[in-house]
Amino acid sequence: MISAPDVVAFTREEELGDELYREPPLPEEYSVPLFPFAGHGANPWAKVASSKFSRDFILISEFSEQVGPQPLLTIPDDAKVPGSFDLNYFSLRIMSVDYQASFVGHPPGCAYPKLNFVEDSKVVLGDSKEGAFAYVHHLTLYDLEARGFVRPFCMAYISADEHKIMQQFQELSAEFSKASECLKTGNRKAFASELEKKLKDLDYTRTVLHNETEIQKKANDKGYYTTQAIEKANELASVEKSIIEHQDLLKQIRSYPYRKLKESDFHPYEPECTLDQAGAGSEQDLAASDPAEPGEMHLYSRLPSYTPKLIKAKPAKCFDKKLKTLEELCDIYFFTQTLDQLHHIERTFRGDVCYLLTNQISRALLKQQNITNFLFEDVSFLDEKAPENRDRGCQGLSQDAADRKCSEESSTPKVVISLGSYKSSVECVPIKMEQDMDDPQEPAMTESITFEHQENLDYLDADLKGSISSGESIEVLGTEKSASGLMKSESQASLPISPSPQVGRSKVGSRRTVSEDSIEVLSTCPSESLIPEDFKASYPSAINEEPYVDDEEGGLRFNPRLNPDNTDEQEDVSNQENLAQIDSACCIGKESPNFLEPLPELGQKQCDEDGVVRIPPQPYRQAEQGLHSSFVGSPPCDSASGGLLPHELDSRYPTAGREVSRTSLDECSDSTSYISSAASTCSDRTPSPAHPVCLANERHKKKAGQNALRFIRQYPFAHPAIYSLLSGRTLVVLGEDEAIVKKLVTALSIFVPNCGAYAKPVKHWVTSPLHVVDFQKWKLIGLQRTVSPAGVNVLHALSRYSRYVSILDADSKTLRCPMYKGTLVARLADHRTQIKRGSTYYMHVQSVLTQLCSKAFLYTFCHHLHLPINERESEESVVNRRMNFLKLHLGLANEDIKIVQYLAELLKLQYIQEPGQGVNPLLRFDYVPSFLYKI
Amino acid sequence: MLRWLIGGGREPQGLAEKSSVQTIGEEQVQNPYTELLVLKGHQDIVRFLVQIDDYRFASAGDDGIIFLWNAQTGEKLFELHGHTHKITAIAPFFSSDASEENSHLILTASADRAVIVWDCTTGRQVQKVSCFHSTVKCLTVLQRLDVWLSGGSDLCVWNRKLDLLCKTSHLTDAGISALVELPKNCVAAAVGKELIIFRLIASSDKSEGWNILEVKRLVDHQDNILSLVSVNDLTFATGSHVGELIVWDALDWTKQASECNFWDSSVQPDTRTEIKLSQSPNETSVQHLASDEENVYAAVGKGIYVYNLQMKRVIACQRTAHDSSVLHIEMLPNRQLISCSEDGSVRIWEIREKQQLPTEPVPTGFFNMWGFGRANKQANQAKKVQENTPMHFLELVGDLIGHSSAVQMFLYFSELGLVTCSADHLVILWKDGERESRLRSLTLFQKLAQNDLSKAEFCMFLWK
Repeated sequence: MISAPDVVAFTREEELGDELYREPPLPEEYSVPLFPFAGHGANPWAKVASSKFSRDFILISEFSEQVGPQPLLTIPDDAKVPGSFDLNYFSLRIMSVDYQASFVGHPPGCAYPKLNFVEDSKVVLGDSKEGAFAYVHHLTLYDLEARGFVRPFCMAYISADEHKIMQQFQELSAEFSKASECLKTGNRKAFASELEKKLKDLDYTRTVLHNETEIQKKANDKGYYTTQAIEKANELASVEKSIIEHQDLLKQIRSYPYRKLKESDFHPYEPECTLDQAGAGSEQDLAASDPAEPGEMHLYSRLPSYTPKLIKAKPAKCFDKKLKTLEELCDIYFFTQTLDQLHHIERTFRGDVCYLLTNQISRALLKQQNITNFLFEDVSFLDEKAPENRDRGCQGLSQDAADRKCSEESSTPKVVISLGSYKSSVECVPIKMEQDMDDPQEPAMTESITFEHQENLDYLDADLKGSISSGESIEVLGTEKSASGLMKSESQASLPISPSPQVGRSKVGSRRTVSEDSIEVLSTCPSESLIPEDFKASYPSAINEEPYVDDEEGGLRFNPRLNPDNTDEQEDVSNQENLAQIDSACCIGKESPNFLEPLPELGQKQCDEDGVVRIPPQPYRQAEQGLHSSFVGSPPCDSASGGLLPHELDSRYPTAGREVSRTSLDECSDSTSYISSAASTCSDRTPSPAHPVCLANERHKKKAGQNALRFIRQYPFAHPAIYSLLSGRTLVVLGEDEAIVKKLVTALSIFVPNCGAYAKPVKHWVTSPLHVVDFQKWKLIGLQRTVSPAGVNVLHALSRYSRYVSILDADSKTLRCPMYKGTLVARLADHRTQIKRGSTYYMHVQSVLTQLCSKAFLYTFCHHLHLPINERESEESVVNRRMNFLKLHLGLANEDIKIVQYLAELLKLQYIQEPGQGVNPLLRFDYVPSFLYKI
Repeated sequence: MLRWLIGGGREPQGLAEKSSVQTIGEEQVQNPYTELLVLKGHQDIVRFLVQIDDYRFASAGDDGIIFLWNAQTGEKLFELHGHTHKITAIAPFFSSDASEENSHLILTASADRAVIVWDCTTGRQVQKVSCFHSTVKCLTVLQRLDVWLSGGSDLCVWNRKLDLLCKTSHLTDAGISALVELPKNCVAAAVGKELIIFRLIASSDKSEGWNILEVKRLVDHQDNILSLVSVNDLTFATGSHVGELIVWDALDWTKQASECNFWDSSVQPDTRTEIKLSQSPNETSVQHLASDEENVYAAVGKGIYVYNLQMKRVIACQRTAHDSSVLHIEMLPNRQLISCSEDGSVRIWEIREKQQLPTEPVPTGFFNMWGFGRANKQANQAKKVQENTPMHFLELVGDLIGHSSAVQMFLYFSELGLVTCSADHLVILWKDGERESRLRSLTLFQKLAQNDLSKAEFCMFLWK
């Protein structure tokens, strides 16, 4: 809603079916030559033209013990999507970078095979030759017949856009973790049932063997055992052993949820959309209904009856048997759930990264406007409020409490990681990417900083190029686990000694050697929370040789703010810094209540003077920092922010466009140190997940926008009609044809303010006479006009209540409503608008409405506009002041005032509404004359 | 409007044309009611509204349920179930001693031949009397004597504890239709065409006993007395079905004045047929009377009349104030006369001194420009009205349209607004939008102050 539509030049919709675009072709001489590569099917904004696939997709592959890495399925399941992209080759790539190397099977010193409950690993890797970048999520599933009982799988989100993968890493990671958790839950269920079957088989086999032995014993009256008998005995013994082993396995797999629950970071898979899934089994409901108890327990208990069969003593050869398919490995319900989740991921992350980010930013910002956002936002969006509130609560905490919370949170988990994952990550050298060296518009910064950066950039640029041109072109861009692994290993190593260039250089060396093996670690993952401070403190010296010392200190100064959780580090830090940090945090807490964050500022900053947006949208985390820092920099906080280094303040400003764009890309390096104290007060704030863009919703918006566009072009009286809606006067669309009426209602619905956090007060189609209650409830009504006597009643009722309604007659194309002479609606609905796309227009409307909301907000919450300053002041002067404010400060003219007043009234009602009881819907109206407009 | 809606091609249905009711356009500058709240709950016609205290009122009707509402917020406070038939009378019963527990009681009588006393604070039934032989049609509380009277086929006197103190003999099968308190412990009861004066006499043997005595029967009315109102300590007025209005002396029960031909006085030589038609008894019955110190306001048929007590004549009238019978009329403290009618509308009038040059009383606005064209007719009619009522005229300053069926009654809550109840099962709370908006702002800033001082500070800072 906040996003300027122009930022997203190419969103993802195809609106080919729309006649509006079928304009007559331009004469030859006026036409502009087409983009030369347009024939390639790529748009000129596509960064990697070399990619062989047309759009992002999800690939599931497995490292089969029989044939090696192989692709299993893609989502969307369409051969066209991967196109000529070599899935086999890419599977090989992605499966070869699994850092797990987890040991499963018989660990030394253990009698029975142990199941290793390995964590998933999340890696970002790029293949520049293929032009593919991927987020790769490795996981292992259990299979009784597989080697070591495990089958390694991976799910990869493959995109041609590297930025997308990097910037959406956390969102991808979160979403894929859900899918993985679902899949693994299903797999455990399937594995357990498999084990039970096997146990039954074994039991049966044992009985049979036992019987046979008994028979042999009886038959054998001689005093010695025949070889046959010995064989049988051996067989029996091995079966017995096998039973014990399997029982143990079953115990292990069943105890899994309990074991995991003890770990704080384990979230048992809880399907989110049980209700939506029509086909959801009852057992799922059971599982979902009782999250405290692991759902899997229920599932194990109810297995279909099974007739055991005899098991041969010797298992078939490894290559003879057919391995289970993924579907067989997983309980069917969970499997479909997983697929649904993956489809959901695919849908969510579809499209340009710009679009995703803009969406995320606007959503995150909207959530902060919790007072006004109900007016014009989707109800679906408002439902997600709950987690946000929790964040808010945390922000309200004192600094101490927040710190404590943070340290608690981060100290508990992360012990589970198997040692194996440490090894490979040691070589991890984070470097900056996307430096844009040759950009002449490098914003001015403090000189020394610029210099240092230049140095960095030169160096890094070379690195980057080198890696891209290397023959073996797979690059590991980052792994989360490895980074978190480093937290333990590296931090202990480097903490006591101050980081020295020596250490750094040796690291560079190691990195180089790795690169010859064609795997290059370009950067660690962007999850700040996992990266220890000391690690960050030490790596810059690895890259910068000489001039870094100064900056190093600066960096160190700020390090403690980022990760207050690192207790070791905090000991090293002087108390002074801590104090400064607390001060500024307090200051922010006081001066910047959430709802007052000046949104316009952000917008202004991002635009240059000519109004052109120069920088791409940044992930929300960045934007938020920008906001907070602008508060830090504002006059009232000056004293507190004295401790901040100027360049750091600068770089947090979105004005320094390039700078920010860079920092957002290599978040693990410098950008983390930019996290201001504000961020640390709420450091448990999870990054806003990519909003699940409901496809239907999106389509609805598009359609509504398109219809609205058509409406304002077709009807010269669109302005008074929209004014009616905005000022809370019910608009009745009267017509004989249901389709036409509904279309008009849909079009106009985007202008209807919500009266509360419910569904929009829009009724698409009514056939019975209207009543005063209807006007109270609905603000936009589609009404049927019939010729029958009943129809006359309908019309009679309508004329009776004509003072409450504006009537748009769709058949005779007339409108009866009060006059509108304001300017606001003209901007909202200009019939000569150049906007062509429905969704663009929708966004335009939303942005204008947001502006309107902010005006209404100011108007509502300015104390002196509504109440006298002192006792003696007369009501009249307050009214005068109010009108002055509306006219002069908000620049409203004529009827626009009524719009803002109506919105303000809604805001008031919403705000003073007691949480328990619903608002009594009011009907506010004016006694104003109506006019009849005709085409 | 309607014609426009139905479509230009067809002949106008003339639904609106049929009556010559004065209409006001959509521009109503003096109408303060710009916000409404629909109170839903009743399942049948709502007939009665009674004020309990400054902010509470009760509504009751044919569904036998009594609802208690908050007039400020429109919140439903209580839903009182107890009667099995429709409610026929309701009266508030306040304790003279405010500190007493049940200081706010209401009495309800129903067609199930029971009277129930309710406690408005707890919403509970305090007591129930169901020994009546007929439906109690009216209830009157004599606050001074701390007794209440129930009028059905006979008149009973009860004390607060619901002890029957005394009762009259069987009066009539039709029952008492109206009761009004008169000075000197007297009550006037309208029984059919008769007006019976009763006096309560303290019995000698018991301290709290009362005896009731019929003092006088007044038989001046030609038809059933429909309305009975006490004007002041010295006067009361009655109105009958055939349109007689009689003003009585409250002390000696003699006729002070009477006006029996409201319609006759206004009949013009060039009267249109519709006015002649309106002389049927139904059209001239005095449905309701209201009064202040100077005037008696009568709802007669479709019209409203202002009868001045001093001059003993009608000083202002609006013969067709509504499309159909006016059911209730009230003079508000702010000198606005409000009437409600079977046509579902509520109209607000003001009594104006007649100007030297009669101007068009109502700005009709644009409404008439396309469709009705009744402006001229109205103007003519208004002139006539002014000629007949030389001193004053009633100006329509606003109307409230919300109910879809007959508005039975309304209740004025001064600042809190106006409550109307109707046969469409709804109770509507009409409010002054400006005032409500201000109040909401006040609440908002109070809540802000509670929630977060800093936010309010910021707002003030912003203002500076």
